[in-house]
Amino acid sequence: MSAAMSFESIKAIYIFEMRRAGRTLLQSIISPVISTALYFIVFGAAIGGRIAEVDGISYGAFIVPGLVMLSLLTQSVSNASFGIFFPRFAKTIYEILSAPVSAAEIVFGYVGAAASKSVILGLIILGTAALFVPLQIDHPFVMILFLVLTAVTFSLLGFIIGIWADGFEKLQLVPLLIITPLTFLGGTFYSIDMLPPLWQKITLLNPVVYLVSGFRWSFYSASDVSVWVSLGMTAVFMLVCLVIIHWIFKTGYRMKS
Amino acid sequence: MQPAISVSDLSKTYGSGFQALKHVDLEIQCGEIFALLGPNGAGKTTLISIICGLVNPSSGHVAALGHDVITDYRAARQLIGLVPQELTTEAFETVWDTVTFSRGLFGLDKNRAHIERVLRDLSLWDKRNTKIMELSGGMKRRVLIAKALSHEPQILFLDEPTAGVDVELRKAMWEVVRSLREKGVTIILTTHYIEEAEEMADRIGVINKGEIIVVEEKVKLMRQFGQKRLELYLQEPLDEVPAALSNYHLELAEDGNTLVYHYDIHSKRTGITALLQALGEAGVRFKDLDTKQSSLEEIFVSLVQEPQ
Ligand SMILES: Nc1ncnc2c1ncn2[C@@H]1O[C@H](COP(=O)(O)OP(=O)(O)O)[C@@H](O)[C@H]1O
Ligand SMILES: [Mg+2]
Repeated sequence: MSAAMSFESIKAIYIFEMRRAGRTLLQSIISPVISTALYFIVFGAAIGGRIAEVDGISYGAFIVPGLVMLSLLTQSVSNASFGIFFPRFAKTIYEILSAPVSAAEIVFGYVGAAASKSVILGLIILGTAALFVPLQIDHPFVMILFLVLTAVTFSLLGFIIGIWADGFEKLQLVPLLIITPLTFLGGTFYSIDMLPPLWQKITLLNPVVYLVSGFRWSFYSASDVSVWVSLGMTAVFMLVCLVIIHWIFKTGYRMKS
Repeated sequence: MQPAISVSDLSKTYGSGFQALKHVDLEIQCGEIFALLGPNGAGKTTLISIICGLVNPSSGHVAALGHDVITDYRAARQLIGLVPQELTTEAFETVWDTVTFSRGLFGLDKNRAHIERVLRDLSLWDKRNTKIMELSGGMKRRVLIAKALSHEPQILFLDEPTAGVDVELRKAMWEVVRSLREKGVTIILTTHYIEEAEEMADRIGVINKGEIIVVEEKVKLMRQFGQKRLELYLQEPLDEVPAALSNYHLELAEDGNTLVYHYDIHSKRTGITALLQALGEAGVRFKDLDTKQSSLEEIFVSLVQEPQ
């Protein structure tokens, strides 16, 4: 059994997926840009005018990292879940399953493409935000690290959802019922210090808190939890997803009968 | 010589508890056209799917040119091309892009010349920049074949290649298959059309209810399982078979103008000599006679029929 990775195979899947996004380029960029602009107008300008600074940062600037995270999470999950769900649904997956590609190569191709798309989108949103508030990024490398780690982790989660879902409803259910609420409750629009003590504790069970907090630290050097804890939690979450995906390929769950 | 495909003691029970394959043993030789013939639900697609890696076997082993399809899947799959039963294609991709993608998936570098050759051979060259969804069903089937040939496989599986295809396209498909065989590709096709097996195959495996009933060279199969019939064209029509000839189980056909006698070519005594003598004694005269082999269709029906 050859252990070497087939880069041609990964490349084929990756390019295929990126081209698919290219066909709906306008839609996949414009809609997040518009919704980000709306968030700024509503939260930044309208509400932000009445909220004093948070952690010494203007409210408009404070919500930038959270907004980028919000899009990054939802786009990673939906890109990756759709990317693998669609060939299952259209049955074109037969070609992937009968090709001499390993599980790792399939994951690299699909998750790599989904994560790339959402990182690009995150950067575009950051650019949009810069139109509304002056951007300040204290730790650009950490910022990129978080961006990539989060995109990969949530694309892995999306991949799992795309395998698990047996219909379009389920495909949309998880992002709608889990990802979006967790993100909104994860400190996107507020600092968790602003919550009552009990809620502060409960909030710490939400993995998104660590992502938003760590990401925000890379901008303003201020965070709810230590940046190391944030990185650690992201790594743990990624590991959990990898273990599940390993199991999926080992058993052929929902891919091979 | 090593068989192209060897299947040993392969069984498959689906999650539903349904046993689709029962202890299948099968060897397919290099360079042959092998037809897996069986009614719908016999397990043809299941067998192909296990060989190609789409379905997990419950027990047993499969190897392609000696490479186990599970433990040595890379080497095994590299040899195999699969054209699935259903028209499962992308919609928005062009013909060229989707075939190029298939080749890339098999880890091969771009080879424009090869892809051009494949598309030309399948009369798809003019459509190379057309989106797949704009193609007819028959053209989509060709695209699937082109995808399967993109990585230059030595073994090609065609699952019901001509199901739901019009006569003209079916003939064209057969031409494609023949020319592939001439290039040395081993071809395994499944079909529930008997004419197709009869027309195309060197060897035929008959599968029914998950079991391989018989595997035989087409010619031998037809000889071995086929009954022959002797037709006697009478000088004068008969109203009924004369009582003196009742031992021969004759049939009257063509308004009493023809007597038909069934016999087994393998039995030591076919009974023909005796019959002719008896006819003479009974005063039945005939102007001509002919023998006919029963068709593959009749053989097939008799093989897969439930024992009464
Ligand atoms: N995924 C599955 N789960 C349960 N039963 C299946 C599945 N796929 C096929 N079968 C059953 O297995 C039998 C053989 O199917 P198949 O291999 O597709 O037959 P064929 O290709 O010869 O028509 C059929 O009875 C079919 O209903
Ligand atoms: Mg079938």
